[in-house]
Amino acid sequence: MDNRERILAIVRKVSDKTIAPDPDQSLFDSGFLDSFALPDMVGELEREFGIKIPDSDLHPRKFESIARIQTYLESRM
Amino acid sequence: MAAIKAFGAYLPSRVVTNSELAARLDCESGWILDVSGIEERRYADPSESVASMGVAAAQQCLDHAGITAADVGMILVSSGSSERRFPGPASAIAHALNIDGVPAIDLPIASAGGLFGMAIAATLCAVHGNVLVIASEKMSPVAMREPMERGVAPLFGDGAGACLIGSETGPAGIIDSVLHSDGAFAEDLRLDFDAPLAMNGRSVILQASRKLPSAIGELLEKNGRTAQSVRVFLVHQANQNLMDRVAKALDVEAGRFYSNIRRTGNTSSASMLIAAAEWWSDPGPAAGDLICFAAFGAGFHWGALLAS
Repeated sequence: MDNRERILAIVRKVSDKTIAPDPDQSLFDSGFLDSFALPDMVGELEREFGIKIPDSDLHPRKFESIARIQTYLESRM
Repeated sequence: MAAIKAFGAYLPSRVVTNSELAARLDCESGWILDVSGIEERRYADPSESVASMGVAAAQQCLDHAGITAADVGMILVSSGSSERRFPGPASAIAHALNIDGVPAIDLPIASAGGLFGMAIAATLCAVHGNVLVIASEKMSPVAMREPMERGVAPLFGDGAGACLIGSETGPAGIIDSVLHSDGAFAEDLRLDFDAPLAMNGRSVILQASRKLPSAIGELLEKNGRTAQSVRVFLVHQANQNLMDRVAKALDVEAGRFYSNIRRTGNTSSASMLIAAAEWWSDPGPAAGDLICFAAFGAGFHWGALLAS
């Protein structure tokens, strides 16, 4: 799986949805994530990609869409 | 060692149910319960103020401790909702308790203010004797400000809590505390003068979900204890879903986190002391119990305090 597919799998898991959001679609506005699913997703991303995301990087807008998540994670890899 | 001598609390008599708010917010009362764990909250009467509620909680705390206000050497008052810029409610509360001349210090920290007050009192009581920590909040004018927001208005309630800390022995000795602040997120939860409460709920939940377990874990590890050895967690009553998440992160059952948020809503800095006052009355501490206090809120400010 490439990085985007790995992120998608996590979003599907924490949102409990089988459909996939568009890469630039807001995960919040489209109902994939709420305030409490967001920390779950961040934890899953850390485990999947083997990184520790510092609290100072935990701005919800960094995790707004699949594309933004991918950009952020690849900047850390 | 500093010791917790007693707690006290005051809740206004007016009960405001989710049904009453749901009608004004164009939402379902069940939705409010689902997203927050809150079923009802108390609103102060227009004649009640941050100071008057603080005095009521302080008096109950002194009664529980079996002392009078004359035995208090300092008061610390936390409030994020005081009615004016200055002076804060501390001097008014001291005056109402008839202890003018005693240093009365305001802590305008909001949610974590009760915890910060306890930690500061634990240090200052060696110099000042009994330190009375009070947290009082009148959040209803903030919550009811038009236009009311569905994500903000149902969360908050009014009330006050108090805790007496002294340098002599008491029912629970304060072992240690950790306090942290990070102004990088100051804009994400703030109450400007003559403005509605601004809250980036996603940021608040995301940061609190990480920082609360982290602070509690840091404190426990520093003192060679484990979360499983804590009898009760008395924490800021911000949101039931958040408390459940913190319990899960610490790998303890959610029931170990005392909760009254269903009945009181989020009373900001007062909430932890109100919850502690209730738990202290029933069931209350037994010999050897490890008790962990924790709070997170605007600033961001957060931390934890351990007592036994």
